[in-house]
Amino acid sequence: MIQVFAKEFNSFLNSLIAYMVIGVFLTGIGLLMWVFPDTSVLDYGFADMDTLFSMGPYVFIFLVPAITMKSFAEEKKLGTLELLLTKPLSDWDVVFGKFLAAFALVLLALAPTCIYYMSVYKLGNPVGNIDSAGVWGSYIGLALLAMVFCAIGLLASSLTTNQIVSFILAAFLCFLIYTGFDSLAAFGNNALLIKQLGILYHYDSLSKGLIDSRDVIYFVSITAFILMITKTVIGSRQW
Amino acid sequence: MSLQVSNLTKIYGQQKAVNNISFEVLPGEIVGFLGPNGAGKSTTMKISTGYMPPTSGQVLVNGLDVATHSIQVRKVMGYLPEHNPLYLDMYVHEYLHFVGKVFELPSRELKSRVGEIISLCGLDREQNKKIEQLSKGYRQRVGLAQALIHNPQVLVLDEPTTGLDPNQILEIRKLIKEISTEKTVIFSTHIMQEVQAICHRVIVINQGELVADAPVADLLKSQPQVQIIVEFDKPIDEQKLAALTGVQQLVVVSPGIYKLTAIQGADLRPEVFRFATENNLSLVGLKQEQLSLEEIFRSLTAKTLQA
Repeated sequence: MIQVFAKEFNSFLNSLIAYMVIGVFLTGIGLLMWVFPDTSVLDYGFADMDTLFSMGPYVFIFLVPAITMKSFAEEKKLGTLELLLTKPLSDWDVVFGKFLAAFALVLLALAPTCIYYMSVYKLGNPVGNIDSAGVWGSYIGLALLAMVFCAIGLLASSLTTNQIVSFILAAFLCFLIYTGFDSLAAFGNNALLIKQLGILYHYDSLSKGLIDSRDVIYFVSITAFILMITKTVIGSRQW
Repeated sequence: MSLQVSNLTKIYGQQKAVNNISFEVLPGEIVGFLGPNGAGKSTTMKISTGYMPPTSGQVLVNGLDVATHSIQVRKVMGYLPEHNPLYLDMYVHEYLHFVGKVFELPSRELKSRVGEIISLCGLDREQNKKIEQLSKGYRQRVGLAQALIHNPQVLVLDEPTTGLDPNQILEIRKLIKEISTEKTVIFSTHIMQEVQAICHRVIVINQGELVADAPVADLLKSQPQVQIIVEFDKPIDEQKLAALTGVQQLVVVSPGIYKLTAIQGADLRPEVFRFATENNLSLVGLKQEQLSLEEIFRSLTAKTLQA
């Protein structure tokens, strides 16, 4: 598994993908956070980082599928998947290695935004007047959300040999699981239950600064479930 | 380590790709796996390497079932798939390094092993290039190098020489021959000369059925019909030639040149020579030909087509 992770992560770094992802994410978030008057912290007047945490998921909806779209689709198209799966690696090794590589890249893109936290911390009046617990809770929430998106991206990639199909499918599924359930809740009777199926409910809950194990378990189990489907899809050559 | 295929059947939907074939390859043996396109060669190889499971039957590598001991079997097996898939954006040495790591070669040995395999496969000058920059022949060598890096006991090569120029074909063949002294090697090909050049044994399949499994020499002997090509300085009455004892069939190749097929066991040459002197004809060429492997292949695979 570690070999697959290392290879995938290196291939991100050796191609333009990693720099594109990090560059686009930081430029986009940086502009929203500091420059555009509608969302800028400087104009807002309150020392918080809501811009990052409310816009971040929408940026990820497009960025994460871009990272993962080639992971299986291209390997299937080139035939290298056959090569990989006839090496002494289990299907899990391959799926999980690729998942970790994509997740690591997203975290790498997210890491520099810690500077925003420090900036807002210093800009506060008095200095340090920021809801630190809320910020770190939101960071954890954003990381967990990215984890689910990575798993969804891999699943979409494993379903097709076409990278564009993979990208669109993944972006759609990410969007659906992020806000879709929330919108659906408006129709039914069991509004709370339906809301709890979506990411937004748990993401909001984490951003209050309380790391509730139920929310963490939600993210981890959704990820595990999607990765399991991915593994089954990869293993479906066996049928 | 031996590779043993028994009663292997693979059905894709309605289509029987491989139908109940059995054979065994022993250590130190190079076996050529022949068959027309779509005969089930690649399917058999994919099953043998554990990529796909068979519908029924099993493949044993040194007594271990590929389906149940998949990971163990893969460790001792080198596989070059059809079309030689490679990670084009990786450097040659980087790629081989990765494959070595996947096979869990100890990191102390890994570097020297990569160097060794690079020079064995003649990739020294290309090792710092990206794979996408390499020509087809060199890519094929990279494919072979990744199959060999862990010094596998069993080598499964799916059409290792397609698309190479004649010099490269000779080099790859030489390479396969060199490394195979203690290994079990099975490779598929369309090229008959290749089989004659390096294989000890051939297995021919057609439409999923095993149609021949014999040493190359035996297969050549199994068709004892001899053809001779006779050349006279000018056209002659072919009826007379056809009437010679022992002639089964006569084909006019071009005026003055005739191809005679003898009935089994007969040697036509003295007869033709006598015929020439009796009729005062000048015989300018007389050449005996055994049926080539290619023709044997054609007759073997044609038979089942009609059946």
